[in-house]
Amino acid sequence: MSEHIMSSKFYYAIWIALLCLTVITAAVSFVDLGPFNAVVALVIATFKALLVVLFFMHVKYTSEKLTKIVIVAAIFWLFLLLALSMADYATRLWT
Amino acid sequence: MSDSPIAVEQHGPELLHHFVDAEQQRDAAALGMWLFLATEIMFFGGMFCAYLIYRFWYFNEFAAGSRSLDIWLGTINTAVLICSSLTVALGVRAAQMGKRKVLVVLLLLTIVFGFAFLGIKGVEWYDKYKEHHIPGNSFNVDDLVRDYPQLHIDPRHEQIYFSLYFAMTGLHALHMIIGVGLFVFLTYYAWKGRYTPKYYTPVEIGGLYWHFVDIVWIYLFPLLYLIDRHR
Amino acid sequence: MATVAVTAERENYLNQEYGIRSWLLTTDHKRIALLYLASITFFFFVGGFFALLIRLELLTPAGDLVQADTYNKLFSMHGQVMIFFFLIPSIPAVLGNFLVPLMIGAKDLAFPRINLLSWYLYIIAGVVYVHCILTGGVDTGWTFYTPFSTAFSNTRVIEAGIAIFIAGFSSILTGLNFVVTIHRMRAPGMTWSRLPLFIWAHYATSIIQLLGTPVLAITLLLVVFERAFNLGIFDPTRGGDPLLFQHLFWFYSHPAVYIMILPAMAVESEVVACFTRKRIFGYNFVAMSSIAIAVFGFLVWAHHMFVAGISLYSALIFSILSYLVAVPSAIKVFNWTATMYKGSISFTTPMLYAFGFIGLFTMGGLTGLFLSALGIDVHVHDTYFVIAHFHYIMVGGAVMGYLGGLHFWWPKISGRIYPEGWGRLAALLVFAGFNLTFFPQFILGYMGMPRRYWQYPPEFQVLNVLSTAGSTILAVGYVLPMIYFLWSMRYGKIAPDNPWGAAGLEWKTTSPPPSFNFEEAPEVTWEAYNYEEIPAPAEVSVER
Repeated sequence: MSEHIMSSKFYYAIWIALLCLTVITAAVSFVDLGPFNAVVALVIATFKALLVVLFFMHVKYTSEKLTKIVIVAAIFWLFLLLALSMADYATRLWT
Repeated sequence: MSDSPIAVEQHGPELLHHFVDAEQQRDAAALGMWLFLATEIMFFGGMFCAYLIYRFWYFNEFAAGSRSLDIWLGTINTAVLICSSLTVALGVRAAQMGKRKVLVVLLLLTIVFGFAFLGIKGVEWYDKYKEHHIPGNSFNVDDLVRDYPQLHIDPRHEQIYFSLYFAMTGLHALHMIIGVGLFVFLTYYAWKGRYTPKYYTPVEIGGLYWHFVDIVWIYLFPLLYLIDRHR
Repeated sequence: MATVAVTAERENYLNQEYGIRSWLLTTDHKRIALLYLASITFFFFVGGFFALLIRLELLTPAGDLVQADTYNKLFSMHGQVMIFFFLIPSIPAVLGNFLVPLMIGAKDLAFPRINLLSWYLYIIAGVVYVHCILTGGVDTGWTFYTPFSTAFSNTRVIEAGIAIFIAGFSSILTGLNFVVTIHRMRAPGMTWSRLPLFIWAHYATSIIQLLGTPVLAITLLLVVFERAFNLGIFDPTRGGDPLLFQHLFWFYSHPAVYIMILPAMAVESEVVACFTRKRIFGYNFVAMSSIAIAVFGFLVWAHHMFVAGISLYSALIFSILSYLVAVPSAIKVFNWTATMYKGSISFTTPMLYAFGFIGLFTMGGLTGLFLSALGIDVHVHDTYFVIAHFHYIMVGGAVMGYLGGLHFWWPKISGRIYPEGWGRLAALLVFAGFNLTFFPQFILGYMGMPRRYWQYPPEFQVLNVLSTAGSTILAVGYVLPMIYFLWSMRYGKIAPDNPWGAAGLEWKTTSPPPSFNFEEAPEVTWEAYNYEEIPAPAEVSVER
């Protein structure tokens, strides 16, 4: 892991950002965006997750490429499970 | 294979002898934790897969179920976990800087936040228990059928939503409990002075685990609580 | 090779400490490997016992040995024991645990205590499963298909599910240990391109264990919850989809077969190189093919579901992907064969198993391609054709790889030479017995005999009798090594450091190795399989 010691101010800034995004997520859910409600919610969630991964978990500052490969691989594999399963469900009713 | 006398002086008792040096040990521990987190992504991922399919199939039931959750408690709990991630990150920083007392306080705060989360979760589950929304023999969603006639709720499909709700939040809570347990150990050893700027690996990898559990909740919150709230 | 003074026995990992505590609390990867060896051998015989009863029942068309419900339990538990308690751990937990640190020049795995934990989890899982067997067993098929397993079966489904769940964690931790070890603990000079192909294949196996097993874990957990709390997630009468279970189950269980075969391929590379005294042909291709098998193996799972009700369009996709996954395996077979061309071949026991592996794995793999074709699969799905296909790979491939590896590294592990004549005899018995057992099953399946049936039409009897006859020969072939390996530990010739004249760091230390593997930390300045530099042994060490 990195030896880079981050300033506590920076951590507080990320914390505030995460709290704001939480409030925004909850608030936006009351606005009718049609099918995009789910998309917006997930995009915000992903952004929050990125903040945690990159800054709280120090991935932005690590010199270890392997860490990033592991994270990307795991997410990609989950995506494989979801996508290829959906390939069945999405096409079941096609004639 | 013994180390030369010089090498022995340079490391403390925490260096395990199958490692060449402290850096190798730390790098191994970090990689090990990241790989474990990758397995956890796949573990929760199976439930996300089930969720994805049934949300498409039974959107109305999912919406009704989601509405029946308390959005305030859910939002507060999300905030609680975010605060706990802050204390964890600050704790690792304190360890890096050798500030033992600060580290202990931050670890304790993290545990407090963890208990707060679990407490609120307990309240939410108790509410579900009172409303007969826990899947099983006493499951009853007549209240939802009555409240949302336009959704044409099928109670069997509603049970699927709540099954997934309890499976996902239940396993998440189990991981929280394990995390709190881990942090109790970390706090004890931190108080004993075991962690120094040269060796704080357990704090670091414990922190990674905690952040991961936080991230799972960051996704669970919108997926479970915020379905179709605008109607 | 050098003779060893027989007066004082050198200190090694076996004699360094005695007593049951020194074994049960060991963190030495070599001792843990032997703990696993004993435990998986036990489960091999448990699974074999079920197989014996199945073959005895199938001697006659009528269901006359056991009742139908019992027969369901027999094939279910045969499958679960063999897959989860024998095949999945076998080579990685025994040979991998023993050899990975040695081959890369490390003192131990990255996490020795987690290694021991891994074994204890396996034992706990085993105890739970044995309890399950003794209290009624499980009859859902090894695949736990819903809603039978969740809503209708009256057997110990929850217990079996929990046992396999725990065993899964044992597997995950082993994989985790290997990946970290291979990344972080290679000796100076041991670059990725100098690694033995055994390491590459175990690395690929570990990736599958890490990414696939958790999905099995959550799936079994959901089955347990569904059964315990009456949920309905997989119950079609309550809106659930049984195919969801199958998607989640096979997402792991297909890559699981690559967990079972890649380590055997690992052994194959080492054995073929040594007994042709040549560098493996196309090292890079073989290494990359291991990784490719691991990755592609995750893309094909629904080929187990072609007739289950998935959409035709997804079936087409999975069919094409299933053809793709055969390519890297074929590349490996070509490369091993090409290695043998103009090699200096010795027909030792490990090499006999290696030859058997290539032929039988190829047959198993090719019949897998038959099954990937949708039209053929409709005809032979759930017949003995499928059973023959996977036994050719699992037994003809994986088990022969395991036995070949055990023989190859036995001198290193035990410090003794096994009797070579008996070794060759057993290998031939295994090969002959295997083919007699399973080749008739291809024909049976093609002719239409369904799998998991306890009685069958009389026209299938001759082939079934042949199959059962073959299984008895196979059983003898399996029991013989047990006997002579044990015999060799007391009476076998003392092994020199490198009885086969093989390449690889493990052969540069003593047989058996000292507790910390190497007297001096090795530094690697040579390429893998540098057989042009290694003198062939004057005579390949044999005990006549």
